[in-house]
Amino acid sequence: MTSAPHPSSHGETLKAKIEQAIGVKLNHCYQCGKCAAGCPVAQDMDLTSCQILRLVQFGNPDWDRQALRSEGIWLCLACETCSTRCPQEVEVPKVMDFLRLEAVRRDLAHPRSKDILAFHRAFMDSVRETGRLYEIGLVADYKLRSRHFLKDVMLAPKMFTRGKLPLLPHLIQGRDAIKRIFSRTLGSAKKGE
Amino acid sequence: MRIGYYPGCSLLGSSREFDESVRALAQAIGLELVTVPDWNCCGASSAHVLDHRLSLALPARILAQAEAAGLTEVLAPCAACYNRLTSARAALAADPREAAEVAAIIEMPVTGKVTVVNVLEVLDRLRDVIKEKTVAPLGRKVACYYGCLLVRPPKVVAFDRPEDPMSMDRLMAAAGAEALDWNFKTECCGAAFSVTRTDLVARMSGRIVAGAARAGAEAIVVACPMCQSNLDMRRPEINAALGADHQVPVLFITQALGLALGLDPVALGLQRHMVSALALKPTAASTTV
Repeated sequence: MTSAPHPSSHGETLKAKIEQAIGVKLNHCYQCGKCAAGCPVAQDMDLTSCQILRLVQFGNPDWDRQALRSEGIWLCLACETCSTRCPQEVEVPKVMDFLRLEAVRRDLAHPRSKDILAFHRAFMDSVRETGRLYEIGLVADYKLRSRHFLKDVMLAPKMFTRGKLPLLPHLIQGRDAIKRIFSRTLGSAKKGE
Repeated sequence: MRIGYYPGCSLLGSSREFDESVRALAQAIGLELVTVPDWNCCGASSAHVLDHRLSLALPARILAQAEAAGLTEVLAPCAACYNRLTSARAALAADPREAAEVAAIIEMPVTGKVTVVNVLEVLDRLRDVIKEKTVAPLGRKVACYYGCLLVRPPKVVAFDRPEDPMSMDRLMAAAGAEALDWNFKTECCGAAFSVTRTDLVARMSGRIVAGAARAGAEAIVVACPMCQSNLDMRRPEINAALGADHQVPVLFITQALGLALGLDPVALGLQRHMVSALALKPTAASTTV
């Protein structure tokens, strides 16, 4: 037996898509485990980086889905400790980025990814509107999306009195150019509504 | 020395003392900062989670704006901005087809002429000036904390040693501090999980704070707004997770060096921290050279 991909899914396997989209060759991973050993969030992952790479290496549709459903892909902070230490130079954080987007696209994203995604979407919506991050807007938008209304309410007054929370956004001149950048990449409609 | 300046969003808000102290220190050591005109957000730790092309286009516009203004080198004090700008620049240089597509998205040419440098790189060049101008040697034990984004991935940032960087240690020694040998120089603080997974940040940043305290640090010195805010603003959560009461302050490298150069602590934004750093002000005795 060889570990050839499932015939009907050839070219559509995550392994093939990852190689095509970001140029990372998953077969380079020989499962030494160094990535997971140094990963600062490995202990919180249902599947570690090393296990996720192993699942995806075979081109098996069921195992592909298992990787996409994991919470582990959402806990990667892209700290790059793994890719720095990998003896085979596998760029694991790039793979994690790809798997997260693919999980959302196929509607397989882990339930606990919702808050993390809500935060990133709130962040980028703020940039789409003003060209820069507007921190109060980000927090308000995140609270609305995540429904965590009381989170960190005690922090805001402390930040405000220390001059760390400007009330008004900084609007850049090239806001139209920024909006066009967003519509050409993320799409014209706000995502994640 | 004249250099382009990209402050980034954090430096206008939650980390404004980094901007204040960069500007104050730059003036004191004869570094002229030319702000990149009409700069935008670099995409930080969010753009790459949502769309790969967006994570290249946002920094590409910043590089293009700098290029159009005739700048050849841009200082990005925020480690996250530095990392995004450097990574995008490398990605565009490696793939001319993608670079052409990104140029079409941002409607501006990007040739790669502009290089991006971090605050440690620039200060390291001026280390002799800093040493010469030090009037209030710090005389404190400090833990230099580099975090992830300044040193990784080494192929992209090509700065210092990825596992045991020393540039900040050398700068602190030049300013009369004792840079400690400790274990958490490049561990991750939890970064963008500050709001969404505060539990993880409390544990990850807690390891760093506890490690610095164990080594005997009187201050933790950083060069990244995310590291600073996680170690400082999240201190109540950190102490709760550790069952401890660590009060070691977290200073930006530019604040620490500014103090050694005798600059006004308020001009350096020292009063803006959650964990008080005011005790680090030089005493009258230490300012006599």
